[in-house]
Amino acid sequence: MSISEFFSMGGFGYYVWMSMGMALLLMLGEVFVLKSQRKGLIKQIKRTIRREKTRL
Amino acid sequence: MKINWFKYSAPSTFYPLTHKLVPVFAGLAFLLIMGGLYWGFFQTPDLLTDQKQYYRILYVHVGAAWMSMWLYAVLVFWALIGLIFNTRLAYMLAAATAPTGAIFTFLTLWTGAFWGKTSWGTYWDWDPRMTTELILLFLYIGYMALQSAIDDSRRSDRASALLATVGLVLIPIIFWSVNCPDPNQCAALHQQSSMSQVEGNIRIAWLVTALGFWMFAFMVILMRVKNIILQREQHTTWVKRLICSNEGQQ
Repeated sequence: MSISEFFSMGGFGYYVWMSMGMALLLMLGEVFVLKSQRKGLIKQIKRTIRREKTRL
Repeated sequence: MKINWFKYSAPSTFYPLTHKLVPVFAGLAFLLIMGGLYWGFFQTPDLLTDQKQYYRILYVHVGAAWMSMWLYAVLVFWALIGLIFNTRLAYMLAAATAPTGAIFTFLTLWTGAFWGKTSWGTYWDWDPRMTTELILLFLYIGYMALQSAIDDSRRSDRASALLATVGLVLIPIIFWSVNCPDPNQCAALHQQSSMSQVEGNIRIAWLVTALGFWMFAFMVILMRVKNIILQREQHTTWVKRLICSNEGQQ
Protein backbone atom coordinates (compact mmCIF):
# COMPACT_ATOMS: atom_id res chain seq x y z
CA MET A 1 0.00 0.00 0.00
CA SER A 2 1.48 3.35 -1.03
CA ILE A 3 1.13 6.60 0.88
CA SER A 4 -1.24 8.12 -1.68
CA GLU A 5 -3.37 4.98 -1.58
CA PHE A 6 -3.52 5.29 2.20
CA PHE A 7 -4.64 8.92 2.09
CA SER A 8 -7.21 8.36 -0.63
CA MET A 9 -9.02 5.77 1.55
CA GLY A 10 -10.52 4.10 -1.48
CA GLY A 11 -11.92 7.42 -2.71
CA PHE A 12 -13.40 8.38 0.67
CA GLY A 13 -10.34 10.28 1.90
CA TYR A 14 -12.19 13.61 2.16
CA TYR A 15 -14.81 12.17 4.54
CA VAL A 16 -12.40 10.12 6.65
CA TRP A 17 -9.83 12.91 7.06
CA MET A 18 -12.43 15.61 7.70
CA SER A 19 -13.64 13.45 10.62
CA MET A 20 -10.20 12.58 11.95
CA GLY A 21 -8.99 16.15 11.45
CA MET A 22 -11.87 17.66 13.41
CA ALA A 23 -11.27 15.19 16.26
CA LEU A 24 -7.59 16.17 16.37
CA LEU A 25 -8.37 19.89 16.12
CA LEU A 26 -10.95 19.85 18.92
CA MET A 27 -8.88 17.72 21.30
CA LEU A 28 -5.64 19.68 20.84
CA GLY A 29 -7.59 22.93 20.86
CA GLU A 30 -9.27 22.12 24.16
CA VAL A 31 -5.94 21.39 25.85
CA PHE A 32 -4.41 24.56 24.38
CA VAL A 33 -7.31 26.77 25.50
CA LEU A 34 -7.18 25.34 29.05
CA LYS A 35 -3.43 25.91 29.27
CA SER A 36 -3.62 29.53 28.14
CA GLN A 37 -6.60 30.12 30.45
CA ARG A 38 -4.49 28.85 33.34
CA LYS A 39 -1.58 31.10 32.41
CA GLY A 40 -3.90 34.11 32.36
CA LEU A 41 -5.39 33.22 35.74
CA ILE A 42 -1.99 32.84 37.39
CA LYS A 43 -0.87 36.18 35.95
CA GLN A 44 -4.03 37.86 37.22
CA ILE A 45 -3.67 36.42 40.74
CA LYS A 46 0.00 37.47 40.86
CA ARG A 47 -1.02 41.01 39.91
CA THR A 48 -3.56 41.07 42.75
CA ILE A 49 -0.95 39.85 45.23
CA ARG A 50 1.49 42.56 44.11
CA ARG A 51 -1.18 45.26 44.40
CA GLU A 52 -2.06 44.12 47.93
CA LYS A 53 1.59 44.22 48.96
CA THR A 54 2.11 47.79 47.74
CA ARG A 55 -1.01 48.94 49.52
CA LEU A 56 0.30 47.74 52.87
CA MET B 1 -5.43 1.29 53.76
CA LYS B 2 -8.16 3.67 54.70
CA ILE B 3 -8.64 6.71 52.55
CA ASN B 4 -10.53 9.66 53.91
CA TRP B 5 -12.50 10.67 50.82
CA PHE B 6 -13.99 13.71 52.50
CA LYS B 7 -10.52 15.11 52.82
CA TYR B 8 -10.53 15.59 49.05
CA SER B 9 -13.90 17.34 48.97
CA ALA B 10 -12.16 20.61 49.85
CA PRO B 11 -10.72 22.42 46.82
CA SER B 12 -7.49 23.16 48.69
CA THR B 13 -6.72 19.45 49.16
CA PHE B 14 -8.18 18.33 45.83
CA TYR B 15 -6.06 20.76 43.83
CA PRO B 16 -2.65 19.16 44.59
CA LEU B 17 -4.13 15.73 43.83
CA THR B 18 -5.12 16.83 40.31
CA HIS B 19 -1.55 17.97 39.76
CA LYS B 20 -0.44 14.36 40.01
CA LEU B 21 -3.37 12.89 38.06
CA VAL B 22 -3.36 15.09 34.94
CA PRO B 23 -0.03 13.75 33.51
CA VAL B 24 -1.13 10.15 34.20
CA PHE B 25 -4.38 10.58 32.22
CA ALA B 26 -2.55 12.52 29.50
CA GLY B 27 -0.11 9.66 28.98
CA LEU B 28 -2.85 7.03 28.98
CA ALA B 29 -4.99 9.04 26.55
CA PHE B 30 -2.11 9.49 24.12
CA LEU B 31 -1.08 5.83 24.19
CA LEU B 32 -4.61 4.43 23.88
CA ILE B 33 -5.81 6.78 21.12
CA MET B 34 -2.61 6.40 19.09
CA GLY B 35 -2.59 2.63 19.64
CA GLY B 36 -6.28 2.29 18.78
CA LEU B 37 -6.02 4.35 15.60
CA TYR B 38 -2.82 2.56 14.55
CA TRP B 39 -4.64 -0.74 14.89
CA GLY B 40 -7.66 0.64 13.07
CA PHE B 41 -5.73 2.00 10.10
CA PHE B 42 -2.91 -0.52 9.73
CA GLN B 43 -3.94 -3.82 11.31
CA THR B 44 -7.12 -4.45 9.36
CA PRO B 45 -5.43 -5.70 6.16
CA ASP B 46 -8.25 -7.90 4.99
CA LEU B 47 -10.43 -4.81 4.62
CA LEU B 48 -7.99 -2.51 2.88
CA THR B 49 -9.14 -3.56 -0.57
CA ASP B 50 -12.72 -2.83 0.38
CA GLN B 51 -14.09 0.26 -1.35
CA LYS B 52 -16.14 1.27 1.68
CA GLN B 53 -13.23 2.62 3.68
CA TYR B 54 -15.37 5.40 5.10
CA TYR B 55 -16.29 2.93 7.85
CA ARG B 56 -13.08 4.11 9.56
CA ILE B 57 -14.99 7.19 10.71
CA LEU B 58 -16.50 4.89 13.33
CA TYR B 59 -13.28 4.98 15.39
CA VAL B 60 -13.99 8.57 16.37
CA HIS B 61 -17.75 8.66 15.80
CA VAL B 62 -18.84 5.89 18.16
CA GLY B 63 -16.33 6.79 20.87
CA ALA B 64 -17.39 10.44 20.76
CA ALA B 65 -21.08 9.46 20.84
CA TRP B 66 -20.56 7.29 23.92
CA MET B 67 -18.64 10.09 25.63
CA SER B 68 -21.33 12.66 24.81
CA MET B 69 -23.89 10.58 26.73
CA TRP B 70 -21.59 9.31 29.52
CA LEU B 71 -20.28 12.76 30.31
CA TYR B 72 -23.83 14.03 30.64
CA ALA B 73 -24.44 11.32 33.24
CA VAL B 74 -21.21 12.34 34.99
CA LEU B 75 -22.34 15.98 34.94
CA VAL B 76 -25.70 15.06 36.51
CA PHE B 77 -23.93 12.86 39.10
CA TRP B 78 -21.83 15.80 40.33
CA ALA B 79 -24.80 18.17 40.09
CA LEU B 80 -26.84 15.85 42.33
CA ILE B 81 -23.97 15.45 44.83
CA GLY B 82 -23.80 19.22 44.90
CA LEU B 83 -27.54 19.62 45.43
CA ILE B 84 -27.68 16.96 48.17
CA PHE B 85 -24.48 17.65 50.13
CA ASN B 86 -24.03 21.28 49.08
CA THR B 87 -20.33 20.83 48.36
CA ARG B 88 -18.57 23.47 46.28
CA LEU B 89 -16.20 21.01 44.63
CA ALA B 90 -19.02 18.84 43.26
CA TYR B 91 -20.52 21.87 41.50
CA MET B 92 -17.11 22.79 40.15
CA LEU B 93 -16.68 19.27 38.73
CA ALA B 94 -20.12 19.48 37.12
CA ALA B 95 -19.22 22.81 35.54
CA ALA B 96 -15.88 21.41 34.36
CA THR B 97 -17.56 18.43 32.66
CA ALA B 98 -20.01 20.38 30.50
CA PRO B 99 -17.67 21.92 27.87
CA THR B 100 -15.94 18.59 27.24
CA GLY B 101 -19.32 16.89 26.88
CA ALA B 102 -20.43 19.58 24.45
CA ILE B 103 -17.25 19.15 22.39
CA PHE B 104 -17.78 15.39 22.13
CA THR B 105 -21.43 15.95 21.18
CA PHE B 106 -20.37 18.33 18.42
CA LEU B 107 -17.73 15.84 17.26
CA THR B 108 -20.41 13.11 17.14
CA LEU B 109 -22.64 15.27 14.93
CA TRP B 110 -19.74 16.37 12.72
CA THR B 111 -18.32 12.88 12.10
CA GLY B 112 -21.85 11.54 11.76
CA ALA B 113 -22.56 14.10 9.04
CA PHE B 114 -19.54 13.00 7.00
CA TRP B 115 -20.38 9.35 7.52
CA GLY B 116 -24.00 10.04 6.57
CA LYS B 117 -22.93 11.80 3.36
CA THR B 118 -21.06 8.68 2.24
CA SER B 119 -23.56 6.03 3.22
CA TRP B 120 -26.94 7.81 3.01
CA GLY B 121 -26.05 10.59 0.57
CA THR B 122 -26.94 13.40 2.97
CA TYR B 123 -25.08 15.35 5.66
CA TRP B 124 -28.15 15.81 7.78
CA ASP B 125 -31.61 14.35 8.27
CA TRP B 126 -34.19 14.81 11.01
CA ASP B 127 -33.76 11.20 12.05
CA PRO B 128 -34.66 10.47 15.73
CA ARG B 129 -31.06 9.67 16.71
CA MET B 130 -29.61 12.78 15.08
CA THR B 131 -32.34 15.08 16.34
CA THR B 132 -32.00 13.91 19.95
CA GLU B 133 -28.19 14.21 19.77
CA LEU B 134 -28.62 17.79 18.54
CA ILE B 135 -30.94 18.50 21.49
CA LEU B 136 -28.21 17.12 23.77
CA LEU B 137 -25.79 19.70 22.34
CA PHE B 138 -28.33 22.45 23.09
CA LEU B 139 -28.75 21.07 26.61
CA TYR B 140 -25.00 21.30 27.26
CA ILE B 141 -24.96 24.84 25.84
CA GLY B 142 -28.02 25.76 27.93
CA TYR B 143 -26.32 24.48 31.08
CA MET B 144 -23.19 26.53 30.37
CA ALA B 145 -25.21 29.62 29.47
CA LEU B 146 -27.26 29.42 32.67
CA GLN B 147 -24.09 28.86 34.69
CA SER B 148 -22.50 32.03 33.35
CA ALA B 149 -25.67 34.13 33.25
CA ILE B 150 -26.02 34.37 37.06
CA ASP B 151 -23.24 36.28 38.81
CA ASP B 152 -23.69 34.69 42.24
CA SER B 153 -21.92 31.34 41.82
CA ARG B 154 -23.94 29.63 44.58
CA ARG B 155 -27.19 30.46 42.81
CA SER B 156 -25.89 29.70 39.31
CA ASP B 157 -24.56 26.33 40.54
CA ARG B 158 -27.91 25.31 41.97
CA ALA B 159 -29.99 26.56 39.05
CA SER B 160 -27.82 24.91 36.40
CA ALA B 161 -27.63 21.68 38.44
CA LEU B 162 -31.43 21.54 38.43
CA LEU B 163 -31.55 22.12 34.67
CA ALA B 164 -28.98 19.36 34.10
CA THR B 165 -30.91 16.91 36.28
CA VAL B 166 -34.17 17.52 34.43
CA GLY B 167 -32.34 17.07 31.13
CA LEU B 168 -31.21 13.58 32.13
CA VAL B 169 -34.45 12.15 30.65
CA LEU B 170 -32.93 12.79 27.22
CA ILE B 171 -30.14 10.21 27.63
CA PRO B 172 -32.31 7.04 27.51
CA ILE B 173 -34.29 8.63 24.66
CA ILE B 174 -31.09 9.04 22.62
CA PHE B 175 -29.99 5.53 23.53
CA TRP B 176 -33.23 3.88 22.38
CA SER B 177 -34.01 6.29 19.54
CA VAL B 178 -32.74 3.79 16.95
CA ASN B 179 -35.19 1.14 18.13
CA CYS B 180 -38.21 2.45 16.36
CA PRO B 181 -41.24 0.54 17.67
CA ASP B 182 -43.27 0.94 14.50
CA PRO B 183 -41.51 1.59 11.17
CA ASN B 184 -44.68 3.20 9.81
CA GLN B 185 -44.60 5.81 12.57
CA CYS B 186 -40.95 6.76 12.49
CA ALA B 187 -38.35 6.07 9.85
CA ALA B 188 -34.92 5.77 11.45
CA LEU B 189 -31.97 6.23 9.11
CA HIS B 190 -29.43 5.59 11.81
CA GLN B 191 -28.50 1.94 12.14
CA GLN B 192 -28.71 0.00 15.38
CA SER B 193 -25.65 -0.95 17.36
CA SER B 194 -23.70 -3.64 15.52
CA MET B 195 -20.83 -4.23 17.91
CA SER B 196 -21.23 -8.02 17.94
CA GLN B 197 -21.16 -8.34 14.13
CA VAL B 198 -18.07 -6.22 13.59
CA GLU B 199 -14.77 -7.86 12.64
CA GLY B 200 -12.47 -8.49 15.63
CA ASN B 201 -9.61 -6.15 14.71
CA ILE B 202 -11.98 -3.29 14.02
CA ARG B 203 -13.71 -3.86 17.35
CA ILE B 204 -10.40 -3.82 19.25
CA ALA B 205 -9.31 -0.59 17.54
CA TRP B 206 -12.67 1.01 18.24
CA LEU B 207 -12.83 0.01 21.92
CA VAL B 208 -9.21 1.02 22.63
CA THR B 209 -9.78 4.43 21.01
CA ALA B 210 -12.98 4.87 23.02
CA LEU B 211 -11.08 4.06 26.23
CA GLY B 212 -8.50 6.66 25.18
CA PHE B 213 -11.34 9.19 24.83
CA TRP B 214 -12.32 8.43 28.44
CA MET B 215 -8.76 9.13 29.60
CA PHE B 216 -8.68 12.33 27.54
CA ALA B 217 -11.95 13.42 29.14
CA PHE B 218 -10.57 12.79 32.64
CA MET B 219 -7.48 14.80 31.76
CA VAL B 220 -9.24 17.90 30.38
CA ILE B 221 -11.95 17.86 33.07
CA LEU B 222 -9.27 17.87 35.78
CA MET B 223 -7.39 20.63 33.95
CA ARG B 224 -10.58 22.68 33.76
CA VAL B 225 -11.54 22.09 37.39
CA LYS B 226 -8.09 23.38 38.38
CA ASN B 227 -8.80 26.58 36.47
CA ILE B 228 -12.25 26.88 38.05
CA ILE B 229 -10.75 26.41 41.52
CA LEU B 230 -8.13 29.11 40.85
CA GLN B 231 -10.82 31.42 39.47
CA ARG B 232 -13.26 30.99 42.33
CA GLU B 233 -10.80 30.76 45.21
CA GLN B 234 -8.37 33.43 44.02
CA HIS B 235 -8.97 35.58 47.10
CA THR B 236 -8.19 32.80 49.59
CA THR B 237 -4.87 32.53 51.39
CA TRP B 238 -4.12 29.02 50.14
CA VAL B 239 -4.35 30.02 46.48
CA LYS B 240 -2.14 33.07 47.04
CA ARG B 241 0.39 30.95 48.91
CA LEU B 242 0.27 28.34 46.11
CA ILE B 243 0.85 30.92 43.40
CA CYS B 244 3.82 32.38 45.31
CA SER B 245 5.31 28.91 45.81
CA ASN B 246 6.84 26.87 43.01
CA GLU B 247 3.82 24.67 42.54
CA GLY B 248 1.84 27.54 41.10
CA GLN B 249 4.26 27.84 38.21
CA GLN B 250 3.49 24.38 36.88
